[in-house]
This record gives sequence, C-alpha cells and structure tokens, in this order.
Amino acid sequence: MDWSPLWISLATSVTATAVTLALGLAAAVWRQGRKGPAMAFLDGIFLLPLVLPPTVVGFFLLLLFGRRGPLGKFFLWLGTTVVFSWPATVIAAAVVAFPLMYLTARAALEQIEPNLLQAARTLGATEWRVFREIALPLAWPGILAGTILAFARALGEFGATLMLAGNIPGRTATIPIAIYFAVEANDVSLALRWCAIDAAISLAVLAALYYWTHAQRVSRLGWGRR
Amino acid sequence: MALSVQIAKRLPEFELDVSLTASEAPISILGPSGAGKSMLVRCIAGVERPDRGRIALGEKILFDSERHIHVQARLRRIGMLFQNYSLFPHRSVAENVAFGIHSLPRAERDRRIATWLTRTHLEGFENRRPRELSGGEQQRAALARALATEPEALLLDEPLSALDTHLRSQVESQLQETFAAFRKPLLLVTHNIEEAYRLGEQMMLLVRGRVIAFGPKAEIFRHPPTQAAAQLTGCKNFSRARGVSDSEVEAGDWGVRLRVAQPVTPANRQPAFVGIRAHHLEFVEPSEASARPENVFPCWPVRVSETPFRVTLYLHLHQEPGKGVPHHLQAEVYKEKWATFRARPLPWHVQLDPESLFLMPE
Repeated sequence: MDWSPLWISLATSVTATAVTLALGLAAAVWRQGRKGPAMAFLDGIFLLPLVLPPTVVGFFLLLLFGRRGPLGKFFLWLGTTVVFSWPATVIAAAVVAFPLMYLTARAALEQIEPNLLQAARTLGATEWRVFREIALPLAWPGILAGTILAFARALGEFGATLMLAGNIPGRTATIPIAIYFAVEANDVSLALRWCAIDAAISLAVLAALYYWTHAQRVSRLGWGRR
Repeated sequence: MALSVQIAKRLPEFELDVSLTASEAPISILGPSGAGKSMLVRCIAGVERPDRGRIALGEKILFDSERHIHVQARLRRIGMLFQNYSLFPHRSVAENVAFGIHSLPRAERDRRIATWLTRTHLEGFENRRPRELSGGEQQRAALARALATEPEALLLDEPLSALDTHLRSQVESQLQETFAAFRKPLLLVTHNIEEAYRLGEQMMLLVRGRVIAFGPKAEIFRHPPTQAAAQLTGCKNFSRARGVSDSEVEAGDWGVRLRVAQPVTPANRQPAFVGIRAHHLEFVEPSEASARPENVFPCWPVRVSETPFRVTLYLHLHQEPGKGVPHHLQAEVYKEKWATFRARPLPWHVQLDPESLFLMPE
C-alpha cells in the first residue's frame, strides 16, 4: 500500500492550519473595534469559503492562480507555478479552513471584558503587551478550539484541492482524493482502509477539541465571568 | 501637582460638559446612574476620548483638542480603579501587582509588590488567583496594582458598589487610610450619598453631564445651590417659596410663612424654593409649642414607614387629612425619639428650625 496520501494529508493540514492560525488571528485582531459597511463587506469575503461549495472556491482559486490569473502571472514571473503542485493543496485547504479560524478567534477575543484591556493600558502597557499578556492568554482556549476545527476542515478538504492541485500520486493526492480515485477504480478495500485512517484522525481531533473546550469551561478559565 | 480638566463629550442622551480642578483634597463625584460620572473619569484616564477640551496634570498636557493632543492611557501616569476591579484572572495577585511595574529591576519590583501588599493587608495572598479572593480583597488587590505604579493621580469608579453591604464600612475605612496617604489628585465616583460624603473632602454633583454643585462637602450639604443639588444630597422636603421680608418666606406648597436664618437676598427672592432635610424636623411638646413660636405647626401623620432603627413619618399640616391626601413633609426620627411622642394626642407639633431651612434660586 502506498502511504503517501497519509503523509501528504498530514503535511498539508498542519501547514494549512499554521497559515490559517496566523492569518485568521491577525484578521480577527485587526477587525476588533472596527465598524462600518466596509467591515461588513470584508466579513462577507472572509466567510465566503465557508458557504460556497468547495468546487466553486477551487474554481476561483484556479482562475486566480492559473497561467492567466493575476497571482499565476506573478508566480510565473518568479519562475514557478502553483497549480497542480503540493503548495496548491495547502492553499486550497487554508482558504476553506480560514473562516472557521477567523470566526472562533473573533468570538474568543470579543468575549474578553474590555475593561481588562483598558486596565492594562492604564498600567502603562503597550498595545503589544496588552495583546500578548492579556488578550491572547484569555482568548487562548477559544483560539485553540478554532485551530482544531481548522485542522479538521483542512484534513477533509476535497473539492477545492482537486480543482487547484489535481490528483498527482505522491505529490498532491491527499487521503480524500485517494479515496475518491480508489472508489472510481473499483478498489473498495483500499477506499475502506483510507476511510478508516481518516476516521481515526478525525476522532482524535474531535477528542482534542472536546478536551480543550471542556478544560476551558471547567478548570483553567472557570473564574466568575459576568 | 494639580489635575485640571475641562472637557465636553457628546453621549447618546446628553452632552457631558465638565470642568474641575483637583489638587490634594479627594473629590467625590456624586450623581445618579447614567449621569456621565464614569465617562468623565474614563476620559481623564485616557481610555475614552473627549470631543473637545483640555486635560492637564501639572505641566503635562494630556489632552488638548485644539492642539490635537491625546496622550495614550499608558503614558498618562494616572491610576484607575475600575468598577469591577478588572483584575487579570489568569494572573496571581502578585503578578497582577507586578504588571504595571514590569520594567523595574527585579529586586525593586519585588520590594514594591511586598510594600503594597502589606499596605493593602494582602500579605499571604501573593499566589492566589483573583477568583479565590473575596470582593473586598479583590478591591484591595486592584488598588495595590494601581498604586504600585506610583501614579500622579488616582481615579476610582464606584469602588464600593460591587461589595456586599456588611463589607463596605470596613473597606471604606481602609480606603480612607489610603486616601490620607496619597496626597495627590484623587477623584472618586459614586452614586451613594454617604460614601461620597465620608470619602471626599470636596464634592461634585453631576446630573445629566452637568456639574450642578462643586465645593467643600459640608457647604454643599448645608446650602445646596439648587433644588436638583438638594435632591441629590438626599433632601426630601421642598416647597416653592416667595420672599416676603428680609428674613421670611411664604412656602406656597406647605401653606405656611417661615422665618429663615439665611438672608432672603434678591437673588433667591424670586422665584425660589425652600427646603429642609427630613432628619432636621423637630417634634415639640404641646406645652412647648407656644413657647417656641418660630415655625411650629400642627401636623397629622399620613403614613409611617419603619426601618430597623429609624422611622419615616409622612406629615400633613394644618388639619386632619382625609383619605389619600398627599403629605406635606417627610420627617425621619430615631425609634427612641418616636417612642416619646407616638402616643401623644393628635395633632403633633413640628418645628422647622430657621437654621435648618435653606433657600434655593430656580
């Protein structure tokens, strides 16, 4: 059995989650305290990958990163192409996972009592210290839950990945894609094995999610919040 | 170093428009909920921005709308105690206190933490988390955290209202101790009259964003400048009044002519109000009633309301009231005093001491 889909899937999901964590958290922090129609529009754009069918997302990405797309041209100028390469699996997974990270990070940050941040400021803290020492530790359980959700979503990504990265065994074929092509080739036992592996990883992720949300509620952050 | 504030800020319901100067004497800012008190101190602390005006602490300009100066809260060196204390829940008491002085050398920092925990009677609580503290301890920890930074001014937003009643008097006397040692501009926001009186030397009354009285507290309680100020300081009895001589007014709502100690100057002759506090009403014996001719009137109780130690009597003057007749005056007496006259035949005789009456211009 060719184990490459497992390694590709894990590498893709981990990388995509890291990218999503950084971008989603940055977007959530930047968005804090900003209001107006422009922000509502931006929220719409940020959440689009959540509501659009992955194939549609994949098609947009293909237009963007294709030879004639603006980003595709840029990469061509750099002497490389993204489409049908391993980075394409990361881009597809990161884009579809982004809204989950962004939403949970924003909710976690908004839950923080504003006076805590103001108190830190009156005590002489710079904005960076306020974020690092007050906001981040307090929002951390929520951010972590968002990270796990994003990882699960990245791991299960199929439609956009197939559109942008295709099915190149050993390079872009992730577990979901391997399952699809195994079924298409009538190799039911191979498909079942990949399904079992995928289910095992997903269950582990869900267990982690449960552990963290539970820990958040019960012990670490169990102080009296109004 | 004096704190001088002169700011305006548009709020949803009204405009906050305040000027004040604070030096060493603690100022209590008294006002009903939603009067803009918290917004005022938040503007001074720098966590809110006024629309226009100027804030200066000594020589240092903290805010000046004309010169587009808005010094960030972190650079103002003003300590603030928030209403719910806003202790950082993920840090221990010592770490909370350390937060504002993290740039000091370690030895100096540890020394200061120890000093302030001792002064706020929190020795032994260093490693507790805020949720493991009682309300009074949380307040002291927040105070230690603010004072450890050695601020040039201190602002307290409702420092006692989050506490249970039985804790308040103890915490209050500790606050008084702290205030006495601070000797820098200090503003305290409260909606509790007694708290405001005990903790402040100067007092500012704020209603719907406006200062309606500002000065030494005793003066404000003795001669509230307006009816609103009198009401806010707890006065219950008012009547419209018209000056009839240099020392007499006609109290229309009570249907009596009253001798007053305060001169009836042209400023408060037309139109004016006369007021008297509920606990200043005296009940005199029938035999004394004719011997003490000044402002003694027959009265009948309309309603009686008891608290553990005091009784509030709602009185109707001149004649026995029928059912549902409103009261003229509200008197408050200790139960011991009440016991001496409750059995007397009606009418009782109430005296409105000229010294206790005060006049207010419109």
